[in-house]
Parts: sequence; structure tokens; C-alpha cells
Amino acid sequence: MSAPNKSYDPVEVEALKPEEIERMRDEALAAFAAADSLDALQEAKVAHTGGTSPLALANREIGALPPHAKADAGKRVGQARGAVNKGLAARQAELEAERDARVLVEEAVDVTLPHDRVPAGARHPLTTLSERIEDVFVAMGYEVAEGPEVETEWFNFDALNIGPDHPARGEADTFFVEGPQGGTESGVVLRTHTSPVQIRSLLDRELPVYVICPGRVYRTDELDATHTPVFHQVELLAVDEGLTMADLKGTLDHMVQALFGAEMKTRLRPNFFPFTEPSAEMDMLCYVCRGASVGNPDRPCRTCSSEGWIELGGCGMVNPRVLTACGVDPEKYSGFAFGFGIERMLMFRHNVEDMRDMVEGDVRFTRPFGMEI
Amino acid sequence: MRIPLSWLREYVDLPATETGRDVQAKLIAAGLEVETVEHLGADLKGPLVVGQVLTIEELEGFKKPIRFCTVDVGRANGTGEPQEIVCGARNFAVGDKVVVVLPGATLPGGFSISARKTYGKTSHGMICSSDELGMGDDGTHGIIVLPPETEVGKDAIELLELVDEVLDIAVTANRGDCLSIRGVARETAIAYGLPLRDPALLDVPGPNAFGYPVKVADPAGCDRFTARTVTGLSPEARSPIWLKRRLQKVGMRPISLAVDVTNYVMMELGQPLHAYDRNLVQGTIGVRRAEEGEKIVTLDGVERKLHAEDLVITDDRGPIGLAGVMGGADTEIADHDDLEKSTGDVVIEAAHFDQVSIARTARRHKLSSEASRRFERGVDPQAAAAAAQRTVDLLVLLAGGTAEAGVTEVVAPGAPHTVTVAADHPDKVAGVAYGRETVVRRLQEVGCDVYGQDELIVTVPSWRPDLTDANDLAEEVIRLEGYENLPSTLPRPPAGRGLTARQRLHRRVGRALAGAGYVEAPNYPFVSERVFDRIGLEAGDPARRVVKLVNPLSDEEPALRTTLLPGLLGALRRNDGRGSHDLALFETGLVFRPGEERRTAANLSVDRRPSADDIAALNAALPDQPRHVAVVLAGAREQAGWWGKGRPADWADAVEAARTVAREAGAELGIRKGQYGPWHPGRCAELTVTVDGAERVIGHAGELHPRVLKTLGLPARSCAMELDLDALERDGTGAPQAPGISTFPVATQDVALVVDAFVPAAEVEAALREGAGPLLESIRLFDVYDNAEQLGEGRKSLAYALRFRAADRTLTVDEASAAREAAVAVAADRTGAVLRG
Repeated sequence: MSAPNKSYDPVEVEALKPEEIERMRDEALAAFAAADSLDALQEAKVAHTGGTSPLALANREIGALPPHAKADAGKRVGQARGAVNKGLAARQAELEAERDARVLVEEAVDVTLPHDRVPAGARHPLTTLSERIEDVFVAMGYEVAEGPEVETEWFNFDALNIGPDHPARGEADTFFVEGPQGGTESGVVLRTHTSPVQIRSLLDRELPVYVICPGRVYRTDELDATHTPVFHQVELLAVDEGLTMADLKGTLDHMVQALFGAEMKTRLRPNFFPFTEPSAEMDMLCYVCRGASVGNPDRPCRTCSSEGWIELGGCGMVNPRVLTACGVDPEKYSGFAFGFGIERMLMFRHNVEDMRDMVEGDVRFTRPFGMEI
Repeated sequence: MRIPLSWLREYVDLPATETGRDVQAKLIAAGLEVETVEHLGADLKGPLVVGQVLTIEELEGFKKPIRFCTVDVGRANGTGEPQEIVCGARNFAVGDKVVVVLPGATLPGGFSISARKTYGKTSHGMICSSDELGMGDDGTHGIIVLPPETEVGKDAIELLELVDEVLDIAVTANRGDCLSIRGVARETAIAYGLPLRDPALLDVPGPNAFGYPVKVADPAGCDRFTARTVTGLSPEARSPIWLKRRLQKVGMRPISLAVDVTNYVMMELGQPLHAYDRNLVQGTIGVRRAEEGEKIVTLDGVERKLHAEDLVITDDRGPIGLAGVMGGADTEIADHDDLEKSTGDVVIEAAHFDQVSIARTARRHKLSSEASRRFERGVDPQAAAAAAQRTVDLLVLLAGGTAEAGVTEVVAPGAPHTVTVAADHPDKVAGVAYGRETVVRRLQEVGCDVYGQDELIVTVPSWRPDLTDANDLAEEVIRLEGYENLPSTLPRPPAGRGLTARQRLHRRVGRALAGAGYVEAPNYPFVSERVFDRIGLEAGDPARRVVKLVNPLSDEEPALRTTLLPGLLGALRRNDGRGSHDLALFETGLVFRPGEERRTAANLSVDRRPSADDIAALNAALPDQPRHVAVVLAGAREQAGWWGKGRPADWADAVEAARTVAREAGAELGIRKGQYGPWHPGRCAELTVTVDGAERVIGHAGELHPRVLKTLGLPARSCAMELDLDALERDGTGAPQAPGISTFPVATQDVALVVDAFVPAAEVEAALREGAGPLLESIRLFDVYDNAEQLGEGRKSLAYALRFRAADRTLTVDEASAAREAAVAVAADRTGAVLRG
């Protein structure tokens, strides 16, 4: 190993002269600035920062300097290289941004192109409306009860205080199921309402009972614009100690508010059903005109025919005879019930004009309703 | 029930300003469903006057006979000169009094009258028919000919009571009393707080021994029979205008005086009446049950075979009337047209029959009459005598008859009905503190007699047989206090448990299928049994065992579905026919599968809870009703578009739908090659689950059989899937358990195996899985290849990507390769697979 070269003359190292280093730096920066593409910049990068670039070569010379000069020269070269790298990075970023801007513009697409590769499916609005109603009551603590669609006459009629001579039990209203060997007396029918599920709930469940009973029901109507032999109902049954008609009214009010908005309310009108006593017809305020069309020929309302109210269905206090048939003590318990058709509600809530549209399964009808309603 | 406001006002002093709409609102609030208010003569404008025909000139040479008339209308036309009128009707003669509408008037329907030229003459007005005046049916359809005593020039709008309002009430089955003006008037009086002039409050002579002989053999079926006799009715007597008009307004057609009077009194008091020609009745009038095989020809001319439960009215010859439903033709009062047959003596029957008996007879003979409708719903038995008296009075007044002194009244003993009710019961039902005083007052308004303090003993009025229970009385109080005044409160149900697992699954399946592009299409469950042939079910297929209806809507479709396919394929065809060809439909719903042994359901009592055995016996009479889910596909599953080519729906989409459903159920679905009627025998997957250790086939998926598609007129290559959703739910594995997630790197190995073409890919995959052992993270079939040149005839290549990963270390290449070789070895052993070179 040789001793340090103490006789070395720094003046002789041209490349490490301050003005020379500045020149190298400026040339590099100028070359970067002149590079008009990333490729050109790459070339300038190799030329001005690579292993054989003037600054790199100059850097190598530092080792030959005497110790007192090394620090100075090192500092100068380091600063110059720092400036060059910074300039390179800046230019690199600049050119990349320019390229990105250009390329991304070139890659632009027509985002309005349709994409119906697999057209959307949908659930039937009768299903989703029924679920919507169920959910209102499930949120209140009710449970959803279901039962058979082919049902015995006892569950469908007798237990509901619809005696053997009630006109609804005729073939003009009810589908009867053939008995064994094709006999006409089987004691079995297609349920005409979801009320037998109420009876089953009272027999199966612990008191108090709060259930909502949705489902398909059957009556011998020919299909036309306003009738269908197969339709959907939602019925409610609450049996507890001390239930009153005021509770029925409040529950109905809550339902129409949940489904149609906070300002909604219901109206009860006396009526007669065998399974409730007292009984009532329930109307809801017309959610479109809110009654403003009544007696106002300038603002007719199609939804309620300018009546101000929309007929929903029947309701009342559970007839104590029904409770007795289910073994519930009518002295201790009372209850209320209501029921209405989903088709009708779908018709006025969504402007369905013909009942047949709901039963024919035409995808053009169902698709717009999507997943929820 | 149609209620003319003018008639109602006769019994209730309504304020003169009250309109039909006002009364409607009051009655609706009280519980009568007033459906419409018809405004008779709303757009009618005079002059409309009485005229007398002076001359008639028959005009010749027209297609139909035309008359040119002069008519005296008094001073109504301003001149007193005869009015010249052209008329096409012929049922009037010179000297007749007629109704004349003069120029300037407007008839119902906005029909303006002016002088106009017609048939070569100028007609200054019209001679009117009842149709033109909107009066309803008078049976003639011709010109109205007024009684000769009618004054010429008199205003006919007032004379014919052409302006009125008529409420139309849909009377509920419990309110027979409101099928009368009397009943509605009572409700109106209560609603307005006004007194009622009860038209049934008449002086009625007591029964005596001289009346027409009546024998009631069945007092349970007929607890009251009043008979009165009127003799010497003038055969020329006609119903006066006011009576005819009232009948027309309530919707009845005037026929003859005697019939009109009985109808009028029925409308007024609600008591059905029957008038017999006394000289056609032979001997004692009897009431009894019919004998099996007896026959009667009723007034409508139909011969009816009687049933042993039918209640009949008899004379010495046999049945002369179907009690409470319709009279017999033999003893009918003659029409005016048959004057020579008329004898002028009538026996009037006002009886009270058992509701249920009448309802059954009416239904049995499919014969609903004004009388049967009332008896079925309940008639006031106490009104019979008054109704008979009212009929007698009217016949004497209008037909110049003579009332015989004899009064027959057969009355079965019976006590008025009483109900015991706690005075605060209505308060408890309503949730409102009415107080005892209000309760008693309201019950008295309805017509009840009320005694007692805390416990009320309530005797209900004879016209309200529907008031039998405490809650009936509560309803009377609450409705009269106003349903609209009930407060709105919310009960507090106990905390609920939300939807059941089955309900949640049902919803999830619907959402998942809709999310996969399926549109829900629920269908009617009615099917023809022939459809099972069309969808290719074999003769002994259990799905051919159906529940059948006694009274189907269509005789073509008397059975209930045992599979969702027929309905859903119908929807597919309907959509296809309407121009939607790329279709994916689904349905969830019950199917109906009767058991081998069919039973009938007993009729249990309703006075107590049925026993568990009773309930089980009822349920045993019902078919199994499992919930199925099905999909059908046709046309493109993926559309062609700017992105590239489309893809037709195929068998694999149908199988994938089954997987989608099974995933929602958390069930392990077995899929293997199957063969079942509706499906293409080479493209049918059998779907299985294991419930309680036993494997069960729950459905099928794949392409449909070409023959089935052709028979049903469906697009070629349509596909379908159907499975039993309830069975699938029972297989659900419960809450999923979280897997351990290794963060060590994955080692991927691909393997291509050649097997015989008939070897199911599922078996190869199962073998690979088993052989690969616990290091296998996942396996995926990424290519199927069957080139005969390269692989040999009847061979196929299956290429799998295997991913290996360990929980605790980075796998070496050797470890992964060893696992792969083990996998291939098992596959080779099980399926004869060889590695593709």
C-alpha cells in the first residue's frame, strides 16, 4: 500500500474545478429540459447521471485529491449531482404527466354505451309489497305466520264463526276440493282468506299472540281487469289482555304511516263480518290528494275517484266465539284483526290499471319493480 | 236497498236543506254502506205538462208508422192552442192523457227540446215515454198514458215526482231490518237525533176465529202466520202514479195493483207478503216441510222438485208456494190482461220463516227473491200483522175492496231475546270511557229495553235478531258514538323473534335469483291432468296424483299443480309470444301432493278448543304442500353487444340456478346425472340432499326434452330447474364456521387428466380432492377438451388448477408436487384417469 499522494496538485484536476462542475450540472439540466419525451430523457439520464457521465467521472477524481481539498470538491460534486437528480425527477414527472394526459385521453371510452349483457332480474311486486308490509309489523314485534293453502272447512269457516249456512260457503264463492273417490264432500277447500292461519296461530302459539299472516287465497271469480281468482292477502291478529278498538285504530294508523307517509291516517266505518264484532271497514286517507279533491272539480283525483279516502279492507275486534273455538278465554282476552288485499294496494300505490298485468308474468311488467318496493 | 229521499222524509222530519249526500255521510258513519246517491231529474227542465190527445193523423209513406197529433196542453204553451206533435209510438188513442214536453225543455241526459221539422211536419215538442223521462221500467216501453182524471196543463215533473234523490245501500248480511224504508228511517232518525214516525204502528184488529183457515205443522220453520182476506177488488183498478213511482225508484217494476201493493208494503216495512187468489186456493192453507219428490211450478214458470227440508205453503191439493221464497203459479193473482180470470178476492199472507231454512231452500233451488233475501237476513216477526193490515188498507183504498173481518194469526210461543252485558263492556271493547248513562241511552235508541245497574239486562227489539252477544251490543254503542271518534293507541306486543329461518330463506332465494337475472313470475296453481303427458311424466309418476276441485273455474283445469313447471312454462310461452325471447323466469310457491290415502275432514264443534287428535285428524285430510322453487330459461343468457358475442342459455345455467338456491340455503347440494320426464335424457342433473342421514332427490335441472318443448310450443333448447325448497332448507348446515386463513404463500399446480367421456367431472374432482389431502386449498376445473385425434375416441381431457397452502409454513415445490401426485393417483385409481403427456 502506498502512502497518500501528498504532492498531488489539485489545479491539475480540471474536472473538479468549480466552474467545470457547474458547467456539467447546467449541461445536464439543459439536456433534461431539452428532452421532449421519456425516451429522450432516458438517454439524457444515462448521459448525465450514468456511470460514465462527466459528474460520475469527476466524482471518481475526488479520491486523488489531497485530504484538505477532498471535502470541498466532494461537497461541490455532491451538490451538483443532487441538483441534477432533482432536475431529472422533476422532468421525469413532467413528461410522465404529459404522457399520462395524452395516453389516458387516447384510452377514453364512451361511457354511455349500454351494458345489458345479463339483463337485471326482478322480484314480483306482489311479493315485495307483501314483505314490505310484513316488515312494518315485524319491527313492532309481530311474527309472520303461514299456513296451508288447501285448508279444511273447519279452519277456513267454522272456527271463524262462519256457520254452515253462510252464503260465502257456497260454490259461487269457494273452491271445494274433491273428496276420496271423487266425492264432493271432503271438508276441504282452497282457503278463501288467510284467516285460518289466525286460527292455527291461536291453537299453536302461547298467548299473547301478535301475528301477521300473508299469503295466497282463492275465490271463484273469473279473471278480468279488477278480479282474479287467486290473490294475496295480509291479515293481522293480536290477542292479548285488554286490547281495544282504539288499539286497532292506532295499529292501522301506524301501518299506513309506515307505508304512505307520516301525515296518513285511517277511517273506520261500521260493517259486518262473522269473525269480528264489532266490525269495521277501513279506509285510508288518499295518499295522493290527501282529501283535497273532495268537492273540488278543478282538482280531480284518479286514485281515490275524488272520494278523499281509499278503501283498504275489513277489520274489527275478534269475535269472542272465535276465541272460544280456539280455547282462548274471551272473559280474559280480547283481540283485534284486519285483512286486506295486496293486489288492490299495489294497484293504487303503483298505478296498475289492469289486474291481469299482475298475474300474467310478463317480464315487462315486473322488471321495473326491481328487488324492493 | 234503494231508498228514495222523498220516501224517507215521510217518517223522519229531516231539515229541508239536507241533501242526499248529507244523509249518505250520516248513514255511512252509522254503519250503512250507502254506495251511491242518484240524483233523479238532476238535469231535467220543463215545461213538461199533462196533455190530452185531440186528433191523430196517420202519416203514410214512411218506413215506420208515424202519427201527427194535436194535443191540448191547456195554457202551458202560452197560447192555449193545440200543440202539434209528431210521434212514432202507437200505444195511445184520441182522448188519452199523456205527458208532453214543450220546446225549451231539457230531458234527462241533456236532451234539449225545440220545434223541428220531421216527416214533413213541424213537431212542437214530444209525447213522452217513461224511458225518455228516466223513470225506470214501467213494463210498457211506450208512451205514458195517465189516468183519465189527470188535469190537463198540470206540471208533470211534480205529478210524476221526477226530481228526487235515491240512496243505494249495500245492506250487510246481519241487517235485514235495513232492507226496508222503515229500517233505514230508524237509522236516519237515530243519526239525526230526530223522532221516527214508525209506519208499522197501525191499529190492527186482534185475531179471531173467522179468518181464512191456516194450519202450521212446523212451528220451528214458521213461528208466525197472519192471513187476511179482501174481497171485491175492482178488476179495472190500477196502481196510482205515486205508488208506481215509488216502486220504480226502489228498482221494482209495477205489475198489477195487488202485486204492486204487496211489493210496496214489503219495501216500506220489510215484511214479505204474498197475495193468493182466494178462489184458486182450495181449503186450508198449510205450512209444512215438503215431501221428497213433490213438485211445484213457481211464479217464474219453473217446475221445481222439492227437497224434504224445503218449507212449503200448501192447500188441499199440495204445495202452492215455496215458503218465503216464491209463490206458486196455480194460485197467482191474474194480470190486468187476463181480466176474465180475475176473481177479485185475495188472501194475504204475512208470515215469518226460519232464516236458515229459507237460505237453504233459496240456495238449493238457486232462487233468490226479494222475499228470500229478507228472510235470510232476518225479518221483524212483530211487523207481520201490521204489514197485513197496511196491505188490506191499501187494497181497500185503491181497489175498492172490502176487508173481511176475519183475522187469522198463528203464533208459536216465544220470549223476546235478552242479552246480559256489563255496563262497562262497550268501554272495554272500544278503549273509551262512555259511561253507563251513554251506553243505556244508545241501546234504548236502537230499540232495546234496558234494566240493571252494573250488569245490564237488555231486551233486544224484534227487528234486530242479529243482536245476540255482548259484543253486538257494544258495537251498537260504539257505532252510534262514532267510530270516527275512537282514539288511536298502540298496544305493546312482547318482543318478537323476527322472521323464521324458512321465511328468511324464501326471501333470500328470491333476491339471489333476481340478482342472477331471473324475473319472478307467480302463476295460478290450476292445471289440466293432461299436462302431465305433455311434460313427459311416466304413467306411475307420483306427481300425477293430484288434488282436484269440485268446481274449477275451467273444466279444462280441474286439478292443482304438483310441479311448478306447467305454470312457469306457460309464462315463458306467453312472454315469448309477446316478443320477449331472451327469458329467465323463476317462481316459488306451494305444490299440492295428496297422500296415498285420502280422507275427509270432519266438522268439529266450535264451542271449545279441539283436541290435539282432532287437529291432527283435520291436518291428515290435507295434501302435503311443500314450497318449491323453479326457473325456466330460453334464448340468450348473455346478450351479444359491442362487448362481443352473446351466449345462449343452456343446461349449465339451470344447474347453476340450483347451486345459487342451495348456497342461500347453506345446503350441500348433490348434483349427478339424472333422467326425468320433462328433461333431455342426456342433459339432466339430479339434485340431492342428505336429510337425517338419508339421501333424497329434491329436484332436477338441465335442458328440457325436445319433445316436451315441441308439444308445449316452447323455444328450442329451453332449460329448467325445479327443486323442493323445504327439503333443501332441512339440509341447511346451520351457521357457517369461520375457516382459518393462512398468510403463507400459495403453491399452484396444474394437472390435465384424460378420462373416458362418460366419467362425470364431479367424480374426478372428488377423487383429486380426496387424494390431495389437507394441503389443498382449492381446486378449479379450467378446461375440458375432447379431440379424438389427440386423445382417442370417447376420451376427454379435464384440466384442473390446484392451489396448495399450509397453515404454518411456506410449502416447498416438492411438498406441493407430492400432494399433486397423490391426488392424481387417487383419480387414476377411481376413474381411470391418466396424466395427459
